[in-house]
Order: sequence, then C-alpha cells, then structure tokens
Amino acid sequence: MDRREALSRVALIMGGTIIGAEAFLSGCKNPPAKEGLFSTEDVALLDEVGDTILPTTAASPGAKAAQIGAFMKVIVTDCYTPEDQKIFTDGIIKLQDAAQKKYSKSFMEMSPEQRTEFLIALDKEANDRSKEIAANDSKLTDEQKHERKLQQDLGTYKRPVEDDPHYFSLIKQLTLWGYFTSKPGATQALRYVAVPGSYQGCIPYKKGDKAWAT
Amino acid sequence: MGDTLNINNKAKQQNTYDAIVIGSGISGGWAAKELCDHGIKTLLLERGRNVVHLKDYPTATMAPWEFPHHGEIPLKIKEENPVVSRCYAFYEGSQHFFVKDTEHPYIQQKPFDWIRGYQVGGKSLLWARQTQRWSKYEFEGPARDNYAVDWPIRYDDIAPWYSHVEKFAGISGNYDGLETLPDGEFLPAWEMNCVEKDIQQKINAAYPNRNVIQGRCAHLTKPNQIHIEQGRTQCQARSLCERGCPFGGYFSSNASTIPWALKTGNLTIQPEATVHSIIYDDKLNKAVGVRVINTNTKHATEYFAKIIFVNAACFNTNLILLNSTSNRFPNGFGNDNGLLGKYIAFHNYRGTVSASYDGLMDKYYFGRRPTQPMMPNFRNVYKQEMDFQRGYMTFYGADRGRASGDSLQQIGGEYKDALTEAGDWYVSMMMQGETIPKKTNEVFLSKDKKDDWGIPQLVFNVDYDDNDERLLKDFLSQGAEMLDKAGCKNIVQHDSRQAPGLDIHEMGGCRMGKDPGTSLLNAYNQFHNCKNVFVSDGACMTSTGTQNPSLTFMALTARAANYAVDELKKGNI
Repeated sequence: MDRREALSRVALIMGGTIIGAEAFLSGCKNPPAKEGLFSTEDVALLDEVGDTILPTTAASPGAKAAQIGAFMKVIVTDCYTPEDQKIFTDGIIKLQDAAQKKYSKSFMEMSPEQRTEFLIALDKEANDRSKEIAANDSKLTDEQKHERKLQQDLGTYKRPVEDDPHYFSLIKQLTLWGYFTSKPGATQALRYVAVPGSYQGCIPYKKGDKAWAT
Repeated sequence: MGDTLNINNKAKQQNTYDAIVIGSGISGGWAAKELCDHGIKTLLLERGRNVVHLKDYPTATMAPWEFPHHGEIPLKIKEENPVVSRCYAFYEGSQHFFVKDTEHPYIQQKPFDWIRGYQVGGKSLLWARQTQRWSKYEFEGPARDNYAVDWPIRYDDIAPWYSHVEKFAGISGNYDGLETLPDGEFLPAWEMNCVEKDIQQKINAAYPNRNVIQGRCAHLTKPNQIHIEQGRTQCQARSLCERGCPFGGYFSSNASTIPWALKTGNLTIQPEATVHSIIYDDKLNKAVGVRVINTNTKHATEYFAKIIFVNAACFNTNLILLNSTSNRFPNGFGNDNGLLGKYIAFHNYRGTVSASYDGLMDKYYFGRRPTQPMMPNFRNVYKQEMDFQRGYMTFYGADRGRASGDSLQQIGGEYKDALTEAGDWYVSMMMQGETIPKKTNEVFLSKDKKDDWGIPQLVFNVDYDDNDERLLKDFLSQGAEMLDKAGCKNIVQHDSRQAPGLDIHEMGGCRMGKDPGTSLLNAYNQFHNCKNVFVSDGACMTSTGTQNPSLTFMALTARAANYAVDELKKGNI
C-alpha cells in the first residue's frame, strides 16, 4: 500500500475530505511536496495570477474558469526545456517573495486591486527584459542566427543567461495561449465555429465584434 | 534472397493477382482504381496499418481544448523526432499519421528532412491539396534550357488525363485563361478576402506579365454526382484536413480511390506489408512478383502478378528498386545506365515575405479556406532571361489575428476584452521554386546499415546549388517589391535556410525520358528494359516544374495504368 492509497483510506475512514492532504502526503515537510514540478498550491496560485491577467468581465469568464493553472502545469511539464522549467518554477517563488516584500502578504491574500497593481509592475519588468533580449538578438548576424538554429535543431544550443526570458513573460504567454484555446476562451470570449460549412471572403466587421477562435 | 522461388504451386496460386500496386498513397490509389475499373484483379500493398475512411480518424472532430497540450507536441517527442517535428502539419491532432524519425531511421550525408506517412492512404491524408496543371512550358523546359533530359511527353499527351483525374477528385478553381497555368475541370473557386483582392488588383495593374489568381485545390466546393457516388460531401471549410475528413471534403485515397476500387470487387488491400524487392525472372525476362515482409511479424511472403506498379512515394520507390537486384539487374531494378537514385530534385521553399496592411478594418471573413491566392511563374517563361534557370510560383494570403491591446495597460479586464477583437491585417507570401535535377543529388543504399526489416537504409546526398540561391534572391526582392506596390507596410524578407525536404515535393531518381541510356522509364512510365513494371509516383519526374506535383502524379498514373491494361489485353506484357 503506497502513501496515496493510504491517504484515500484515511479519507474514507474519516468520511470526507482531508484538510492539508498535501502536508500529510509529504510527511509534513516544508515546502509542501510537489507532484512533479508543481504543487496543488502552485496550480491554485497560477489560477489566480492567470485570472488577474485575464479576469472575468461582462463579456466572458476569466482564465480561472479555463483551469489555466492546470494548463500551465501540463505545458511546462511536457513542453518546456529543463532551463525554462527552472525559470518558471523559480519564478513562482520569486513572484510570491516579491508580493510578500511589497504588500507584506501572500499573493493569495491580496485584494484584486493589489493583485492587478502588482502584476502591472511585474509586466513592466518582464517587458523591459524582453526588450533587452530583442536588443541582444538584433546584434546577431544572419549567419549567427542560422548557426543558433542549427544548434537548436541538434539540441546542442545553450542559451546564454542574458537571453533568459522573464518568468512573468512565460506565465502571461501561457495564460493567453491557454485561455484563448480553452472552451470558455474560444467559445465565449472569441467566436468558435466548429463547422463553418462555407467560406465568405468579405463580411462586414465593426469595432467590438469578436475575432474567430480558429 | 535469390531469384529461385521456393514456394509450392498452391500457395503461389493463392498469392497471384493480375496486378500488384506497391503503395496506397495518392498515386498508388489511382493505379489501383484505374486497374480495378478495367476488371484487373489488383493487390494493393501498404507497409503501414489500415486507415479506413471515417472509422480511423480519431481526432477529426476534436476541439482545440480537447487536446491535452492544445495542439502542441511535447518536448520529448520533438527531441526524439527533430525531422518530423519541423513539418508544418505535424501537431497533436495529426501526429498519428506521420512516421516518427525514431521508427524508420535514414542516413543524412547532407541534411534532408524526409517526411513520411506510413498507413493506408499514405500522405494523401496529409497533403496540402493544391492542384495546378503543368503547362507546355514545363514539359518543354529541359530541352529548351538544356538541363536534365527531354520529357518524352508534352502537355497535349497528359491534358486529357488531367481532365480525367480532376473530374473524379474534384478540383476547385477559376477559369483564368492563362497559358502558363492551363485551366482544368473545375468546381467553383474559393473566394479571396477583401485585402487579397486589393493586393491582386494592385499587383496585376503594376506588372503586365504577372497574374494573381485564386489557388486551385482538391476540395469539393460543390460536389458533382461522381463525388456523391464516392460517398463524399461538400467541404465544410473547417481546415482540419490533416486529421482525415469526416465529410470527404478533400481528395484522399482513403475517401475516394480506395473505396471506389473496393466496390469493383477487384481490389485486395494488404496493409502491414513492407515490400523488400521486386522479383525478376531471368528465364521469362520480366518481373513476376514482389517479396514482402510482414511489418509486424517480419514473416516473408511472395506475391505474383503480370503487372507491377511501384508507387511507394519517391524515395521509397527508389529504395525498393535499388534493393531489387537480380542476375539481370545486379545494380538495382532496370538500372542498366547506373542512373537509378540520381537526378533527385525538389521545390525550394526557403523564401518568405511578410508585411502588414493598413485599412479595410471594417472587413472580415467567415470560415477557414483551404487555399490562397497565387501567381504562376513569370521568370524565364518564354525565353531564358534571368541570371538563374527556371522560376518560382508565388503564394500569398491575408489574415486578421486577434487584436494586441497594445495601447492599453496589459493586465486586466479591459485588456482581455480588447484581445477578443479582430486585429490588424497581415500578409504572408511564400515561394515554390523549381530546382534543377543533378546527378550529384542522389539517394543510395547503405552498405552496412539496415532497418528492422533487414532492408538497407537509404542514404541522402541532396543539396541546394548556386542556381537555387540566385532564384531565392530574386523571389525575396520581387516578393518585397510586389507587396510594396500593393501598399503593404513593414515588409520583412526571410530565408529560412531550411534543409531540402520540408516541401515534401521530392521527385526523380527513376526519371522518364526518350533514351534508355539516360533515363529509366519511357513515355508511359514503363521501364525501358522491363515492360511489365511501371513507376508513376514522384520518382518518375524528369524535372519538377513550379506546380504542386500531386495532380501530375495522379494524371501520369491514370494514363500509365490505362496503357498497361491495353498492353496486357494486346498480349504485349
């Protein structure tokens, strides 16, 4: 009987959900054990961060309704390089530390207004970083860019530290991508037509009309 | 394996057909259909698994959010399979129809991205479905400009066969009346959007000898009776084609030729049958069958027939032929002149030009269209006049993405709602350049490396040359100039410098020609030196033209198959 199975039996005996199951699973270690790269708390935090970037509006539900935290977990785990995984997971800690430092409370405890204000500042930091990377990139010759691509193809490319993306750029990127390809994002925020039936080349568009999801 | 047939007569009888077709992709499907329509008992061999139309399209109706990675291929698969991962059509919804690099290794003496689909239907499930006829200028090109060898046929020889396959496959397009891109048997064309029309008008006005037209593609915009009889219906403008179409909206072997051939009662499909080689009988002086290895059990079998069509797709056709050695053909099937596997060519896809377009923000489009505007080649058409040989076809398209919300604070509700609107128009343009077949661009068998079926691996020695570089340079400058004249802004030229292969338009190695000394196949895709074996996939191509090649493979195949039937009935083969 492994630990997880033991847990479900405990739950059964006690007749309900166990509060602090993460702590039980990990043997009360601190920080809580992670299932792979992300803990349940991480996913919950990413849901809130995502929902601050793309919140519920009159027009459509926010990113949390698209389970954006779980999406980020899947993509970072399965599609990211180890380097980017580290930037992302370190970023979760950095984000929490920065929140603590600035507001003397955790991101989860902050008010919606504080969260927005905080992420606007982070977004600026991330944009500055992106500009630096773009500037580095523009110094490369076509030949150097081609050499880089060949190395990337062979899996031998080591990205210099000065080209590392800001963790918040990664979070925001995944939030936008995940949300607009999710069911609420595609069908409520955008217009999703699974079977158009025909193509019409010129139809009227007025400001405010939603874009096609696909 | 030698040439002696250690097999009892009963088993031999059971394994004997009138014709064998190797490969069930776009050309193999056509060979099977034509032969079966003429009452020829045909065995269709396919190395991959069976894929039955409608039944075996597991992702065909899935929404983006129903894929765990919303379409993205996980890193581990990409790292293990870098070649197929570079293919534009390889994504979470289509990956099951592509060969993974790890499953079927090959040797790249020079980098070559070999994209393959091993299943019944082959790459006909995955193709880009653009279908233009060659003009007389492509068939006359090699003789006029002194490269490759003269084609043994001209446009008039193939024109009726273009019509034959177009009517059955269903090709949409406009009657444009251009001699550089002859009209065909068309279903209604797809519309251009407002920006594409504006660019078309401006380019056509600025250049007297350049003609932007709407692309022609193998989609049923308005099915005819013949398509309804195939069980196909109108294309629904979903653009999820690579997953297999539940409407039969585009042409594939699976939706069209194979079920049609099955209905004749003359077709036997044998999936999971990897062809090792063609059996040549030195006493009868002809091919008598093929050696097959079961893809799963590795058990070897022999099948026999009077006619053999090799349609395994360009490089695998070359591989099978090179591996088919006998006393008569010690260097590969039909290879008396030593040219088998040589004069490989492809299409140059390296150049793209992108731009933004201001205006027409009150216009949009509905649906997802399977083609785009294009321009037939305008270089060296009537005479050699550039600092490079041959030319290129140009494609472009205009789209609106999502708005960027650039002017806003990029966090929060206002930003989110702004992102849901349609964004600016952007334009992208690409080239499809002819490459010159050269003896030095070749594939051959590895002397020491074999695959899991004991068949030698294929070695690639194929590359660009200076002509390709000059042609690319011309496209980049002309593309940028045309978009500039069309009023586009922020024009960016890009050379991807990608290895050959991602065009998936590989051609040659077993070319047609008039002279047995310099070609392998005659005007009917028949070996000069073995009359009952035919090759009518990309391997037969003497030169590449600038057109998407599949329609020409189909027409050549239908023509060759009908010729084979006539010859069989006359007792000539």
